Amino acid sequence: MLDRNIKIAILSGKGGTGKTLLAVNLATVSGNCDYLDCDVEEPNGFLFFKPKNVSEEVVTVKIPNVDQGLCDGCRICVNDCRYNALFYINHKLKILPEMCHSCGVCSYVCPQNAISEQDKAIGKIVKGEKGDINVITGMLNVKEHTGIPIIKKMFANNKASDRLSFIDCAPGSSCMAMECIKEADYCIIVSEPTLFGAANLEMVYELVQIFEKPCGVIINKNTDCENDTEKYCANNKINIISRIAFDHDLGKLNSKGLIVAEINDKYHQMFDKILKDVLREIDDETITCS
Amino acid sequence: MKIAIPVDNESMEANVSVSFGRSTYFLIYETDNQKFEYFKNEAANSQGGAGIKAAQFLVDANIDILLTPRCGENAANVFSETNIKLYQTRGTSIPYNLNAYLGGELMQLKEIGASLKHVG
Repeated sequence: MLDRNIKIAILSGKGGTGKTLLAVNLATVSGNCDYLDCDVEEPNGFLFFKPKNVSEEVVTVKIPNVDQGLCDGCRICVNDCRYNALFYINHKLKILPEMCHSCGVCSYVCPQNAISEQDKAIGKIVKGEKGDINVITGMLNVKEHTGIPIIKKMFANNKASDRLSFIDCAPGSSCMAMECIKEADYCIIVSEPTLFGAANLEMVYELVQIFEKPCGVIINKNTDCENDTEKYCANNKINIISRIAFDHDLGKLNSKGLIVAEINDKYHQMFDKILKDVLREIDDETITCS
Repeated sequence: MKIAIPVDNESMEANVSVSFGRSTYFLIYETDNQKFEYFKNEAANSQGGAGIKAAQFLVDANIDILLTPRCGENAANVFSETNIKLYQTRGTSIPYNLNAYLGGELMQLKEIGASLKHVG
């Protein structure tokens, strides 16, 4: 079958549709794979896996450091900063680190060489194991404006992996979701059979289209009623990989932090079928594209 | 004494702007010579940190008082380095708020809101 590092991104237009449910259970039925929790603002996959042999790596970005003695108040840096992270008051240059995007322009333009760069921790990557699954979790510190450097680092660390990866993405169509789509070989968009679900699906689908990534939809908490998500998929010729029925028991088990595919054969079979369907889709795409 | 207000247009009939950092203009009123002057807010179209840039402009303009409906965390950080005092406007009328401030009727702005910056 697949002999390279295939990355499957699991996305959704809003929180609570079932990204983590999907990602955790697909990784479980697959085995011998990497699970990357890139929802760095609120990672929760590790709560299900409860990984062992845990190690941490701090992720840093560069922020400016001013030597007030060298600064002559020319304000070139203040004017050139696109993010307005610098201001000059009472003959002193001030920095708002949380506004800084680490572009380095201030230290580059300073005629006095008064600005150097220093490391600032924005979060960490926690690695652990659950059996033969590598559980890799990105965690962004509170008040940081972007987790992109953490996500980039997670992918860079994982570059050498020759295993299947499941990427649990940030909800919505933010930069952080986009960063994962860019890396993905295939995108699964999880949606709900509601008007809200369809509207959010549309946002993510449009983003996936921009990057020309193959994708399919999984409708979670599905009911037999006619719904807008089905309509949207039909109108846009989007493949619906699976419909997971609204299921109290599944919801209850999942809310207790249990991996349903691990404890119940019915759910194991269901996720196994979803995984096989997704892998077949990817195989077909690879053949069509080569 | 110099009083600044974020406003929507270059007119006394214009409204006090709902936003500080992204208001279209700043009106600066000098009480000593009773002069009004309007300044285009160059920070309005900033990608991020508009409040910081707008605050820097007002600091450089040597204002003493800012009348505004709200102020974000970032701009407040800038003002905290100065002696500029912030008062909260009531309603949208510019003359009303100027008179209310001069009559001692406006309250100091206590609540600093999280800025409305773009994230992502």
